Amino acid sequence: MTEYEGVIGLEVHAELLTESKMFCGCRVVDSVEEDPNRAVCPVCLGMPGMLPVLNRRAVEYAMRVALALNCTIHPHNIFARKNYFYPDLPKAYQISQYELPLATGGWLEIEPELGVVRRIGVRRVHMEEDTGKLTHTENGGSLVDYNRSGVPLLEIVSEPDLHSAEEAYVYATKLRQILRYLDVNSGDLEKGVLRVEPNISIRPKGTDQLNTRTEVKNLNSFRILFLATEYELERQANVLDNGGEIVQETRGWNEADKRTFSQRIKEDAHDYRYFPEPDLPPLHIDDAWIERVRAELPELPDAKIARYRNDWGLSRYDAELLADEKVTAEWFEAAVAAGGEPKAIANLLLNNLFKLMNESGQSLDEIDVSPEGLVALTELVEQQTINNNIAKSVLVEMFETGDSAETIVRAKGLAQVSDSDAILAAVQAAIDQNPAQVQQYLDGKDKLMGFFVGQVMRAMKGKANPGVVNQLVEQELDALK
Amino acid sequence: MDITDLTLIELRDALRAGATSSFVATQAMIDRIVTYDNALCSYLNLTDQDALQQASDADSRLADGEELPLLGVPIAVKDIICTSGVETTAGSKILEGFIPPYDAFVVEKLKEAGAVILGKTNTDEFAMGSSTENSAYVTTHNPWDVSRVPGGSSGGSAAAVAARLAYGALGTDTGGSVRQPASFCGVVGLRPTYGRVSRWGVIAFASSLDQVGTFGRNVADCTALFQVITGHDRRDSTSLDVPYENFEAVLTGDVAGLRVGIPQEYFIAGIEPEVEAAVRTAIDKLAELGAEIVEISLPHTEYALPVYYLIAPAEASANLARYDGVRYGPRLKADDMIATVKKTRSLFGAEPKRRIMLGTYALSAGYYDAYYGRALKARTLIKNDFKRAFEQVDVIATPTSPTTAFKIGAKVDDPLSMYLSDIFTLSLNLSASCGLSLPCGFDSNGLPIGLQLIGDTLQEATILNAAYAYEQATDWHERAPVLPESSSEQ
Repeated sequence: MTEYEGVIGLEVHAELLTESKMFCGCRVVDSVEEDPNRAVCPVCLGMPGMLPVLNRRAVEYAMRVALALNCTIHPHNIFARKNYFYPDLPKAYQISQYELPLATGGWLEIEPELGVVRRIGVRRVHMEEDTGKLTHTENGGSLVDYNRSGVPLLEIVSEPDLHSAEEAYVYATKLRQILRYLDVNSGDLEKGVLRVEPNISIRPKGTDQLNTRTEVKNLNSFRILFLATEYELERQANVLDNGGEIVQETRGWNEADKRTFSQRIKEDAHDYRYFPEPDLPPLHIDDAWIERVRAELPELPDAKIARYRNDWGLSRYDAELLADEKVTAEWFEAAVAAGGEPKAIANLLLNNLFKLMNESGQSLDEIDVSPEGLVALTELVEQQTINNNIAKSVLVEMFETGDSAETIVRAKGLAQVSDSDAILAAVQAAIDQNPAQVQQYLDGKDKLMGFFVGQVMRAMKGKANPGVVNQLVEQELDALK
Repeated sequence: MDITDLTLIELRDALRAGATSSFVATQAMIDRIVTYDNALCSYLNLTDQDALQQASDADSRLADGEELPLLGVPIAVKDIICTSGVETTAGSKILEGFIPPYDAFVVEKLKEAGAVILGKTNTDEFAMGSSTENSAYVTTHNPWDVSRVPGGSSGGSAAAVAARLAYGALGTDTGGSVRQPASFCGVVGLRPTYGRVSRWGVIAFASSLDQVGTFGRNVADCTALFQVITGHDRRDSTSLDVPYENFEAVLTGDVAGLRVGIPQEYFIAGIEPEVEAAVRTAIDKLAELGAEIVEISLPHTEYALPVYYLIAPAEASANLARYDGVRYGPRLKADDMIATVKKTRSLFGAEPKRRIMLGTYALSAGYYDAYYGRALKARTLIKNDFKRAFEQVDVIATPTSPTTAFKIGAKVDDPLSMYLSDIFTLSLNLSASCGLSLPCGFDSNGLPIGLQLIGDTLQEATILNAAYAYEQATDWHERAPVLPESSSEQ
């Protein structure tokens, strides 16, 4: 049987979360939360005589994405009318870009398996406007909500460089991460703010032909993207192995049977009759503008991970976790900037603070522990005022009360005892109270050292300096020999 | 003297001087419209009550000594221009009953200037036509001969100004729709440079060609109205942000040394001899006044008509696609959503349907390069013709239309011959020039003949002053049509 490889390109539509819409002053609202038709005006309703005015902020958001994806931004941009009829499209054309899009020729590096870095081409990035939303009611009526009409939309088209469902999944999630990093999109697939459509074909492994492809639409999670792509690759292989032919078509996803199904074959495809939008003059983007936007770009995850590993000696695993969300990375970096030792901060953040946040359902920007507060806690450990175990319980207290580490340590008398006399008394008490264990130790069971240390620590409510305790336990036991 | 005989400027001065009131002038116009417009049908919608209210308001402001450019002056507005709270149909059944919640930029400007808006004038459906016969409601009649068309598509506005049923009027000009009816009705009509006047609130026919223009009984009236509607508007991205110019101040009548180009391509077979003779005589008059006459060539003129009839319908096919009865306008219900939309769209008349089909075809996959794509290239050649010509001359003079007003019904079954009526005006819309038409004589049937003066980009001052000079030396503009007494139907 022939061995195939997938040839997959992704078409991603991302709404740009600007304050106002692409061509009018209406607010960009959460289309799930907001009541229908509350963020509309004559322009985004396509009323007679109304004209579009370009939102330059939306262009800058688009430029951010283009630059983050290593694209060439073109100085001469043309908007085009994409003509098709649907009641959710009020002008019966979508202002989009066709020839001369915003940017072309970029790439995104993915690492689908450890150590295998693949560079996926980004063919084009162009600007357009979103449509409204149509709902069909049970009694046969159709309702239209134009809140979304005219929201800036970015189309990001990859080259067909992805070979498996796994790679498609990794590319899509990484692209989502970048969009979130750039503060241009929330990455919310369920709300339709981000939409991913794979174009899928297969070919015998080792060949480089491009075969008939199918497009799968309306995938509202990355899990479904993965499943649908995998299903489609297998389906096409079966068709070819059975001597069949792949039909160019648009397919949908049936969540119940976990299969794709045919929605529209190519003969029904629209002729969009693109032509230059006469209501908008060409948009000129000069180098100065591009450089201004580039200068405002945040450091992206890959660069952060490399820096965390190389400069701060973090493990790959920790670095990736920290860089996963911009808010985490920024919090972490703020703590380091406040004087925190990167590894100590990373430990408390990833192992302890995240656990507390999971339990309470809060996010980093909602909690009462600040990066500076966490640094103060680590400093107490460093100064040997408290030990690591106490530090963890202090953090719980900080999380719950919002008090500073110092306040908690002082109020609860948690400061570590390094005073030899106090510790010595506790050591002697432990020896006196456990004659059997003393005898075993003297008979050669060295491991019981730990038992005595534990007894002392418990007696001192964990506040004893572990180094001093160790030293004195050993000294006193050895004296009995 | 009858107050309706006053020109716009004369009325404005009389109002400022307190010699009459806006209410009197407005009432007199309304009375005249009621008397004569049954026969002419220049208005689709007379907003007489609003107008009288605006007139009263204007009178109080005049009494307070306010000096706005058009304070108290009654003006008519073509029904393709949106007026807040007043039905705006674009001459189409598909917008019957549509009441915009906004004023077009030009209407805002009229109101800011204190004008009284008398009503909405007839137009070919979506401005597609040269006679107003394509209006879905009524055909306007030419005041000089009611058996003839007033031209179009702004025929209602042109007829109203010619018949003294408004002191001035707004029209739109996509391929000649201000200049050709001005020519047929013996008034002055200006089509400004594309971008000079905001298109905000003007129902789109062909977006890259549409421009609002003004009608006046003479050059000064037309200029005063034009002055008011100019200005940058950030709601129209094609609106030009240019320095303020005082156009009334440039009307000196001095054309000494003005270089006037005569394009050989515009004096061709098919032009009525009386029209050609009148235009040539007018050119001689300009020479007599000190202008220098230069023979020039606009070599791509012959492509203007086919280029126009690819670009305008292509844009129109997109612009008119929104009329589906979903959000506004009438809705003709059928079994399901798509059937309802299809049925609603049957409300378009024959000409919009024809142009939607033409435009859709020209943009279709496989045909785009051969039609729309080539038309865009040819448009550049036509633009360059004008650019080169204006290196040699200041003004280009031509006939406005090859003929005088034709009989109602004469061309309705022959769209091609109707299209030819705009053969001399369309080139300008495809270029970045401005132009106007002014009366330069009458044919043996007593029908007005128009002289077209074309100026370079943003050179409205030059053509207005040339027109003013010619007008000062002639008296064509002083003639008035004799209207039939036709109020009997009332």
